[in-house]
Amino acid sequence: MKKKYTLPRSLKNVPTHYCGGCGHGIVHRIVAEVVDELKLREKIVAIAPVGCAVVAYDYWDFDCSESAHGRALAVATGIKRVRPDLIVFTYQGDGDLASIGTAETIHAANRGENLTCIFINNAVYGMTGGQMAPTTLVGQKTTTTPWGRSPEKGDGFPLKITEILAGLPGVAYAERTSVAKAQDVLKTKKAIKTAFINQIENKGFSIVEVLSQCPTIWGMTPNQAVKWVKEEMTKTFPLGRIK
Amino acid sequence: MKNKPRKKHTAPNTDKKRILITGNEAIGEAAVRAGCGFYAGYPITPQNELTAYMARRMSQERKIFIQAESEIAAINMVFGASSAGARSMTTSSSPGISLKQEGISYLAGAQLPAVIANVMRGGPGLGNIAPSQSDYFQATKGGGHGDYHLIALAPASVQECFDLTQLAFDLSDRYRNPAIILLDAFLGQMAEPIKITHQDTKTQGRKVKKEWALTGAAGRSPNVIRSFFLKDPGLEEHNLILQKKYERIKSKERRFEAFDIEDSDIIFVSYGIPFRIARQAAQRLRSEGIRAGLFRPVTLWPYPYQELEKACARKKAVFVFELSYGQMLEDVKLALGKDIPIYFYGRGGGGVFTEGELIRFAKTKIKSKP
Ligand SMILES: Cc1ncc(C[n+]2csc(CCOP(=O)(O)OP(=O)(O)O)c2C)c(N)n1
Ligand code: SF4
Repeated sequence: MKKKYTLPRSLKNVPTHYCGGCGHGIVHRIVAEVVDELKLREKIVAIAPVGCAVVAYDYWDFDCSESAHGRALAVATGIKRVRPDLIVFTYQGDGDLASIGTAETIHAANRGENLTCIFINNAVYGMTGGQMAPTTLVGQKTTTTPWGRSPEKGDGFPLKITEILAGLPGVAYAERTSVAKAQDVLKTKKAIKTAFINQIENKGFSIVEVLSQCPTIWGMTPNQAVKWVKEEMTKTFPLGRIK
Repeated sequence: MKNKPRKKHTAPNTDKKRILITGNEAIGEAAVRAGCGFYAGYPITPQNELTAYMARRMSQERKIFIQAESEIAAINMVFGASSAGARSMTTSSSPGISLKQEGISYLAGAQLPAVIANVMRGGPGLGNIAPSQSDYFQATKGGGHGDYHLIALAPASVQECFDLTQLAFDLSDRYRNPAIILLDAFLGQMAEPIKITHQDTKTQGRKVKKEWALTGAAGRSPNVIRSFFLKDPGLEEHNLILQKKYERIKSKERRFEAFDIEDSDIIFVSYGIPFRIARQAAQRLRSEGIRAGLFRPVTLWPYPYQELEKACARKKAVFVFELSYGQMLEDVKLALGKDIPIYFYGRGGGGVFTEGELIRFAKTKIKSKP
């Protein structure tokens, strides 16, 4: 019988600090598998965000840098420009990429930096305990929108930053996926692989937005959380290729 | 509108003994010749000439120049380039340097070398674009969050803009610590003849092995650049490593300049361009029989406390002149204590004192002394 499930070389054999049912762990594994399959482990550099994934370098078995909150794409730009032979990617949450780091995100994309950006959208600030994120859904309750996000009250609308980025000429590829069911996990893997291959082929900026469940902050069981991604989040953030 | 041709920044002809160049350009040329591989900046007066100079010179050398979307982006790009092992630089002026502080703290925490230049202008707030020294506290006492220090160098001539920039790259690599060059708008914009050294841009910066750099984990275990320490090692342990390093820098890298100390009764302490005004004042006072010596810290951090104390021993009075309302003054007081009278004269908000002003001030203080 063939062994189907092994630990990717690029993933350390350690337990993560992520909550049960969290999407981060799934995406970490996908990234590690893709890095192995493309034989990139010895020339890849990851930029971890400030957010729940800040210690991603404890889990990935390749070179990593941390970055200040929101500045991952500026840090990645610096690395890639001086070492274009390396494959450089950022891994960022929605607060990191689409709120405090919006300028860095848009300008790295607009310069067409030859980078891969993996954007974890869980519609909340996980690490700081569940505040409103730029991607929080209308009506969604968070600690800072206790009665639900209300555009009428001035909370603004869910920011579809991937659609905005797709409009920039420097962006080669933009896709939104999820990890809420098996087929979608496979699609996410395919998208992340495409985003890395684009960089290998010098195509410019690629972004994969992954809708990711955060059962802890959402106050749900893991099962309820995947259901919420499928039934609620995808209404505001439809899955599929954007560019 | 005048349509002047754009100034050409070509490599200065170094066959000549001396070339005429501004302080801003000298910093840029020194960086290029120190093997700087990455520069990112954002426009702000009075350092725009430096960013423009780098735009041309870095591409001539096939090095990386980026006009960043903000000072925040620029310092974080420098963080990235440095983590990949390249000698890296960003420059700005006061408000822009304020924006960089978080990134500077991260550089210090992650022990990444980088060179930053602050061509100081008047503050607080948007202030004005006139010469000032009011960012002394920011450069020497922290600036960003956390217990850290920058190596802070203060040139007083265009030649020193060149020399200290090269030194900044060397020290920054040696100690894996960001270094800042602190100068005022005067020095940034004025031209003086200087001698260019360090010709070989290819080999500079390769002397230091950076085994910690992110180069891909080929044939070694992964490298991680970080300033976040929850456990293994904890932050306290990491901070003690930094503190040890700061002690080493303090004991080895204090630099200063002193003139006419021995036969003098009073000492003028000043740095940057105000030092040159103070020197003129001291010379004129000497011709009138008042013997003033001069002390100038070249490193503002580490501050040459011991050397200043020695220079001022048994003197009648010490005068501190700054283009601020008394920032370096605090370090002078730390060095000298209360045993000797310390008089301060400073102007801020872009006001610049003349040698006449300093002479008058010194004379009234000397006279009013019992
Ligand atoms: C300059 C700065 N501001 C605020 C914070 C606090 N902070 C840490 S993580 C975070 C938000 C994280 O949310 P997100 O990016 O969505 O990632 P998640 O934790 O949900 O994966 C914030 C605000 C910080 N570390 N630095
Ligand atoms: S708080 Fe949410 S995003 Fe953070 S680890 Fe837990 S489930 Fe994951």
